[in-house]
Amino acid sequence: MKRVQFSSPYLPYLFLAPQMAIIFVFFYWPSVQAIQSSFYLEDPFGFGSTFVGLSNYSDALGSAQYQAIARFTVVFTALVTFLSLGIGMLLAVKADAVLKGSAAYKTLLIWVYAIAPPVAGLMGMMFFDQHIGPLVKFAALFGWDMKVGLNYNDTAIAMIIVSVWKQIPYNFIFILSGLQSIPASVREAAAIDCRSGTRRFWTMTLPLLAPTAFFLLVINMTYALFDTFGVIDVMVKDKAANNPITLVYKVYMDGFRGNDLGGSSAQSVILMIVVFVLTIFQFRFIERRVHYN
Amino acid sequence: MAAISIKDVSKVYNGGVTAVSAVSIDIADGEFIVLVGPSGCGKSTLLRMVAGLETISQGEVAIGPRVVNDVDPADRDIAMVFQNYALYPHMTVYENLAYGLKNRRTPKAEIDARVAETARMLELQPYLERKPRALSGGQRQRVAMGRAIVRKPSAFLFDEPLSNLDAKLRVSMRGEIKRLQRRVGTTSIYVTHDQLEAMTLADRLVVLSGGRIEQIGRPLDVYHRPATTFVASFIGSPAMNLVSGEVHGGKLALGPALIDLGATVPTQGTVTVGLRAEDLRLHPEGEGSLPFRVDYVEELGAQRLVHGLVGDQPLVAAVSSENPLPATVSLSITPSRLHFFDSASGRRIDRPGDDRPETLAGGLPALEAAAS
Repeated sequence: MKRVQFSSPYLPYLFLAPQMAIIFVFFYWPSVQAIQSSFYLEDPFGFGSTFVGLSNYSDALGSAQYQAIARFTVVFTALVTFLSLGIGMLLAVKADAVLKGSAAYKTLLIWVYAIAPPVAGLMGMMFFDQHIGPLVKFAALFGWDMKVGLNYNDTAIAMIIVSVWKQIPYNFIFILSGLQSIPASVREAAAIDCRSGTRRFWTMTLPLLAPTAFFLLVINMTYALFDTFGVIDVMVKDKAANNPITLVYKVYMDGFRGNDLGGSSAQSVILMIVVFVLTIFQFRFIERRVHYN
Repeated sequence: MAAISIKDVSKVYNGGVTAVSAVSIDIADGEFIVLVGPSGCGKSTLLRMVAGLETISQGEVAIGPRVVNDVDPADRDIAMVFQNYALYPHMTVYENLAYGLKNRRTPKAEIDARVAETARMLELQPYLERKPRALSGGQRQRVAMGRAIVRKPSAFLFDEPLSNLDAKLRVSMRGEIKRLQRRVGTTSIYVTHDQLEAMTLADRLVVLSGGRIEQIGRPLDVYHRPATTFVASFIGSPAMNLVSGEVHGGKLALGPALIDLGATVPTQGTVTVGLRAEDLRLHPEGEGSLPFRVDYVEELGAQRLVHGLVGDQPLVAAVSSENPLPATVSLSITPSRLHFFDSASGRRIDRPGDDRPETLAGGLPALEAAAS
C-alpha cells in the first residue's frame, strides 16, 4: 500500500468532504430520520406526532398481512436471484463457446439491460396481457388459464419472470467477462486433464468465476429486494389488493398511499436491518470461500 | 510410452491462411524431438494439433498405434506443459498434481503415492499445500512439469515452457528437463524459438519455416550440414555467414580473393557460400587468403566477434580473445569447412565425402553420454 504524506492533517478530510456530504445527505440523514419517525405516530395531515415507542414495530411484525408479504419477499428474492444468476451463467457459458457470429449473439443478449424497469414492467404486462399476451396464450396451450393481476400465484409468477428477464443481461455481461478473464491455457490444461465438460465447469470454471459470482450474488439480492419496485408497480397498477407485493412496495404503499409515515418508517428500518445482516452474512461466510487471484 | 507419427499434416485456418503444410515426422518411442523456428513458423500449431487443442485440417496424427485425429485431448494420453505454466490458481500444488489423476478415477492411495513420488523427484515436497501464487517462477515451472510427469502419459508436449523464466533459471531448468526426460523415458515434443535450447535438448531437431520442414536431423548434423540457407542462418550463434561467390574450375572466387578448393568441387558458377564464424581464422594482413576490413568488434569474454567486410559482403569471425587483434587483418578457412548452397533455391549442394565430418562422429556419443 502506498502512503501519501499530506502537509496538513486536515487536507485528506477536505478531499473526502464532498463524498461524505453526499453520503450524509442521501443516506445517513434519511436513515436517522426514518429511525426517529419509526418511534412516532404521525398525524396524516401533518398536525403533529405522538411518541409511541416500539408499537410501530410490533404492529408491523405482528400483522398477518406483513408476515405474508415478508414470506413472499423471501421466496421472490431467492427465486429471482437464483434464476437470474443461473440463467445468466448458462447463457454466458454457452455464448463464450460460440465461435461464429458471437458479437451479434452477445449484443442481442445484452440489449434487454438497456430497458428501464417500468418499461420492462410494461412489456411484461403485455406479455401477460389477458387478451394479447403471448405467454398467456402459450400457457393456455397447456390448459392453464393465467389471470395476471387477479390470481395471486399467476401474478407472482409473472412478476418473477419479468424481474428475472430484466436482470439476466446484467449477470450475463459480468459472467462473460469473468469467463474471458480465465486464461486460455488454463482451460486447455483442464481440457487435457479432464474429459467431461460438465465436470470441468464445476471444478475449474465455477471456482475461477467465484469472485464475479459472489459480487453478482450481492448485487442480485439487492436488485430483487429493492430494484424490482418498478416492475411490481406496473404489474399491480398501484392497487395491490390481493396481489403479491414485496416489503419495499409495502413501505411505499403504507407511507405514501396509506399516509402512515411512522409505520412505513418502522418497516424500512426493519428492511435496513435485514440487508445489514444479509451483507454481514455474505461477507463472513460466503466470501471466505471465494478465491481471488 | 509410444511412438508418434505425424503424416502429411496441414493446418488451414478459416480465412484460408495455411499455418502448417504437409508436415511429416516419425518420432521414435522415448525420443526427444524439438520443433524450432522463428515465430509464426507453425511450430506451436503443429504441437497443438498433436495435443488435440487444434483440429487437423489434413493428414493424420497417430500416438502409438492409434490415429488420434478425432480423439478428445483428454483421451490422447498426452500431457502438456504450457508457456505460462497454466496452473490451476484455486488449487494447491497437491491438487494441481492430483487433478488429472482424480478425473481418471485413479484410486486415492495411488494418487497419493504418485504425487509423493513426483514431488520428491522435483523437490516440491515443502510446497504441496501452497497455492501457485505463493510460488516463484521456477517452482511454478516445476509444478507444471510435475503435473505432466505424475500422469505417466505416452508423450510430453512442451510449448515454450522456459521462455517466461530469467536467463539463469532457464539454463538450469533446461538441464532439469533433459535429465527428467531421460529418467522417465517418455516420448517428448518440445517447441521453442531458441536455437540454443533446441540444440542442447534435442535428440533430433525439426527446423520449421513458413509452416514447412526445412530439415530434420540430430543437432550436430543440422549444425554441421544445414540443408538450406534458412537453417544455416537460424541454427548456431553467431549465425553462419552467407556470402555469394563463384566457383570456376577448382577455385572459389569470394570478393577479391580466390580460394583453392582442391579436389572437392561441388558445383560451378554462382553459389551461396556458408562460413561458420568459428571456422574463420584471423591472420595479420597478407597471410590469410581473404582480405578483411574490420568494422567493429564485440567482446564476449572468452570469444570476440569481429565484424567486417570481405569485398563488399559483411562477415563475422569468432576468434579467441586471448590473442591481440592486429590492426589490419586477413582471414583464412579450411576449404572442407565451406558450405555451398544453390543461390536460387537455397538448398545445400553436397560435396563428395562431406557427408560425415569427423567432428560429428566424435561429438555425438560424447553428448549422449553426458546427457544420460
